[in-house]
Amino acid sequence: MRGVETRDWLREGLRAVASGILAVALAVLNFPLFVLFVVSLVLTPVLGIGLMLLPAVTALIRLRADLARRVAGWHGVPIARPYRPKPAGLAPIGWGHCKWILTDPATWRDFAWLLPGAIAGLAIGIVTLALPAYGVEGIVLLPLWMYLGGEWSGYGVNWPIESVGEGFLSLPQGAAILALGLAVAPYLRRFDALFGRLFLAPTRAAELRLRVTQLTVTRADTVDAQAAELRRIERDLHDGAQTRLVSLGMTIGLAEELVDRDPATVRKLLAEARETSSTALIELRHLVRGIHPPVLAERGLDGAVRALALTLRIPTTVDSDVTGRLETPVESAAYFAVAETLTNVQRHSGATFAYVSMHHTGGVLRLEIGDDGRGGADPKRGTGLAGMERRLAAFDGTMTMSSPPGGPTIVTMELPCASSSPRTMLSSGTD
Amino acid sequence: MRVVIAEDHALLRDGLTRILEAFAFDVVAVVDRGPDVLPTLLEYKPDVAVLDVRLPPTFTDEGLQAAIAARRQAPGLPILVLSQHVEALYARELLSDRRGGVGYLLKDRVSDVAQFVDAVRQVAGGGTMMDPEVVARLLDRSRPLDVLTAREREVLGEMAAGRSNAAIAGRLFVTEKAVSKHINNIFTKLGLPPSEDDNRRVLAVLAYLDS
Repeated sequence: MRGVETRDWLREGLRAVASGILAVALAVLNFPLFVLFVVSLVLTPVLGIGLMLLPAVTALIRLRADLARRVAGWHGVPIARPYRPKPAGLAPIGWGHCKWILTDPATWRDFAWLLPGAIAGLAIGIVTLALPAYGVEGIVLLPLWMYLGGEWSGYGVNWPIESVGEGFLSLPQGAAILALGLAVAPYLRRFDALFGRLFLAPTRAAELRLRVTQLTVTRADTVDAQAAELRRIERDLHDGAQTRLVSLGMTIGLAEELVDRDPATVRKLLAEARETSSTALIELRHLVRGIHPPVLAERGLDGAVRALALTLRIPTTVDSDVTGRLETPVESAAYFAVAETLTNVQRHSGATFAYVSMHHTGGVLRLEIGDDGRGGADPKRGTGLAGMERRLAAFDGTMTMSSPPGGPTIVTMELPCASSSPRTMLSSGTD
Repeated sequence: MRVVIAEDHALLRDGLTRILEAFAFDVVAVVDRGPDVLPTLLEYKPDVAVLDVRLPPTFTDEGLQAAIAARRQAPGLPILVLSQHVEALYARELLSDRRGGVGYLLKDRVSDVAQFVDAVRQVAGGGTMMDPEVVARLLDRSRPLDVLTAREREVLGEMAAGRSNAAIAGRLFVTEKAVSKHINNIFTKLGLPPSEDDNRRVLAVLAYLDS
């Protein structure tokens, strides 16, 4: 266990140092970008050139800023893209395009970041590199000295080095400095990322605008999905139970007419009627299960998924710490997402085993469904997954899928939801 | 009597065929798709057709559309339209060619076999049969035909349901003579010209649906 921790620490440190090298290299790019932007701004009044130059330069700056955002993400500082969406039908070159760029505050915040970002990136990056580099120097100093025989003025606390004994002291000093350098590197990277976030993150207004855009999309999707769902229910009722009941009426009516004339036929008709009525009930039950499964109403997500797992052909284990009840809409969305995924597993994966794990911590419901099947599932193919994603998006939920060819397939869903109410602990507390 | 049936659910198709054949109708053709309805009707020119409103491939109202189109090309072709729900709007569209021989009933009505068979015969004979549900809904409306008395409105409702004078008299506990007096009053008040034709009844019903 200790070994693993040491290795992790070492890997983190090395990764941070590598990221430091990248940061220094990228920081240098900021200077020409800064110059280009100023030039294209100055040239904008000179119509033709500026209008052509500005979109291209801005695209480059955004590319660079996006890179910085991604690097910050590696160090645990996620930064969202702040840019305004491009208006529909905008020509790639021209005044409209420039206006879209220039009126976006994010453009100016990017611009403001270029120089301070570069200086901070260089300074912090150089410190990130310098400490481990000096440590390495201490470690290799003695062998190098002996091999090359050159003049070495000193190292660490021994300045200058006056004896071989002092020379040997550079080794532990170097190791300590290297260790220190690797230990602080991740923190330095994080510090750099935090500095970048001051400029590169969306402002409160931009954040709200992004949120509004996202909500508009998910709301439209939700309304569509709901309308489609209602239509499906209407169809199912019309073609199913309703038709059976009409047919039942016909059969009984005919039997009534024939009761005196032809008792043998009447007996047959009545048997038929009984069968039709039970089919109608079966169809109603199926329909109800598709709308809101009774077991979900009675036992909540945990119970409903366990009940579902029992009916699958593939052995499926359920591991859950979801006690109590979630909000009804979330519960329902989560249930149908799991049900849909398991149906896909059963239909397409060729798996011999599947599992569902459900955890509710910190106001987030995390669902994971996996199987040992052949993998290679494509989330873009088929409407089931896309529909599921939309359904979850209505609750700010997300879905990701990993399904390399040869498997295994793992679907992960996350849904923010309020903590469960304690009133129904009864049902899950007993087992 | 030769009948064409259009119904997509096998269960109901068989049920209708069985019932009509049990009552000595000759089911000459059965179709289960919207696009087949019109050609079949025009080919067989049946004495009466029984059509479902909602048919494949679009599952909307192609049965109704086919009925209207068929009557445009073969005026007065008797058609009984069946549906799982009734709309006054559809009733009005069916009646808008101002000819008789039209029926519009809930599928539920088929279970009263004798009455259903009677309805098919009436439509075949040029009568107008509106489902009591359509009539009831219109009676519930807040804007009645104010020129008519309550009694006359009642009689009009019965007419819309396809009842003969004798039947109306029986149901409203009045003499047949009283019924025909009410009906004449209705015709006069609605400005329908006197004629021996049954057509006037259809026009009255249409006025009623349009009110």
